[in-house]
Amino acid sequence: MSNLINLADKADWVWRETLAIHRRAPETRLASSLSSIEIFIALYYGGVLRFDATNPLTSTRDRCIISKGHGSICMYPILADLGFFPAEELLKVCHTGGILGGIPDPIIPGYETVNGSLGHGLGVGTGVALGLNRKCSDRNVFVVSGDGELHGGANWEAIMFASQHNLDNLHLIVDNNKISMLGYTDDIISHGSLASRLGAFGWECYEVDGHDVYAVRDKLIKMKNTNHGKPKALIANTLKGRGVPGLENAPLSHILNPKPELLDSLLEK
Amino acid sequence: MMIKAIAMRDVLLNRIWEAMEENEKIFFVTADFGSPILDKIRSDYPNRFINVGIAEQNLINISAGLALEGYTVFAYAIAPFITMRCFEQIRVSLALLSEVRSMNVNLIGVGAGYSYVVSGPTHQCYEDITLMRALPNFQVLSPADHISAGALFDRCIETIGPKYLRFDAQVLPVIYEAGAPNLNVGFHVHRQGSDICLLATGYMMQTALKVANSLSTSSIEVGVVDLFDIAKFDNKAMVSLLKNYKGLVTMEEGFRGRGGVDAMMFEFIARQNLSLPLLNLGVQGGYRFELGSREELHEQVGIGPNYIKDAVINFIKTL
Repeated sequence: MSNLINLADKADWVWRETLAIHRRAPETRLASSLSSIEIFIALYYGGVLRFDATNPLTSTRDRCIISKGHGSICMYPILADLGFFPAEELLKVCHTGGILGGIPDPIIPGYETVNGSLGHGLGVGTGVALGLNRKCSDRNVFVVSGDGELHGGANWEAIMFASQHNLDNLHLIVDNNKISMLGYTDDIISHGSLASRLGAFGWECYEVDGHDVYAVRDKLIKMKNTNHGKPKALIANTLKGRGVPGLENAPLSHILNPKPELLDSLLEK
Repeated sequence: MMIKAIAMRDVLLNRIWEAMEENEKIFFVTADFGSPILDKIRSDYPNRFINVGIAEQNLINISAGLALEGYTVFAYAIAPFITMRCFEQIRVSLALLSEVRSMNVNLIGVGAGYSYVVSGPTHQCYEDITLMRALPNFQVLSPADHISAGALFDRCIETIGPKYLRFDAQVLPVIYEAGAPNLNVGFHVHRQGSDICLLATGYMMQTALKVANSLSTSSIEVGVVDLFDIAKFDNKAMVSLLKNYKGLVTMEEGFRGRGGVDAMMFEFIARQNLSLPLLNLGVQGGYRFELGSREELHEQVGIGPNYIKDAVINFIKTL
């Protein structure tokens, strides 16, 4: 049971660290980094991903491609905690000489690809999955995408391709916070049920409460061990801006910066 | 002995096919674009051949992913589509990512300039040089015949990084009868001349040679140079070449004055402090839907041999 306690505590710690980073670097986007915390905790601490922090690009790693651009600032404390880079970097986010920007870049140990521009991670991840498949590697590919970026058509080219080629080493995790920059995705271009849409495209789909870190972990482990010749998707239903009053599930949360005093009071709790 | 001319793509695809047996790193990806020789790759190496369908954005992303896994990727499609349909993917997943990862992706675009003459401006391609040379870490290679096109295979294998190979779709007469040029120089002098040098790329080399022959009958001897490496030619060699001339004429099957070879040479001359007047010849008049042969259209837009011959004669008068 200690494992269970660990994951929840880690998620809480990362939530606070993410707030602290945003407090120091208000140029970062906070709300979209708060919906994906449990996804990353499950991947990195839940025994899902194989990785080597001292050799991030080792061929034996599982490939984790984070497509969410702005919305993965919460990865910074995780990667620092795991030893991908020194924790001092967390104090230099968006500062000259630092490696951690407002949008993560692949100069950061632990980041695979360029994803500031949305909608590229799944396509490149699909190419990686094809390459691993052709090399007869048993390594997996995980792509973490937002639901808003799935409006982009290139994703669906990859979605069709992955099922055509039976890439069951490919796992898409959608941080389904249902809000893009200017409002609810349902009011912009509704995905309806992402699970049924992806299912219609030949994917094996799972759904989960994206803030139940144990449920996310259990689903990911199940997915990893299920190989039916289909790519797999986990729709993680989440809340943008989770836990921050005024931000949580607010339609414009992407571009709202909470007042420093609010962040300070949340961090003091 | 005359060498029989074949299509640029066929000579390169054949070299790729020959190499795939030994070199298990080569992966070939097409966006539903074929050729009889491509059928050999598809049937002999089904595990390293994939047709992504008419989906160039995915063509680039899949290629990037394969390259990250160590494959030497050849991605193949019609020139305007493999450059402009997916320019964002090229920029982000090939150009940017190549700065920090070792990736070897070779884009083969077939249909430079007016190659697909009856298909109209969607399939014609007059902007690719401008766009691709804007990416600072891309090689942009624009051969003038199948001999030089085939030689690019070695470049693709030996140099890691993103490249754009700009191929004509038509079978062009052989220019390099005696063998492929030295690729490292980036250009090749076909003909020495006095006063004027024609600097052409791709199909326009054919036109340049025609113009030079025609001017020769009027006792005007012009130099003819094939510029096949648009991104990285030998600067010193170019300076010493240009110092032999009083005027330079650039010839490209791309829009005139829109950042193509002409802009590159204007800038080169300025940066090298050369005092060399330049006449830039390229496609004029914007997008057009008129039908005609390539030769007819070229005359209409200011890059046909007759137009160029007159333009060169007038240019000489100004020197």
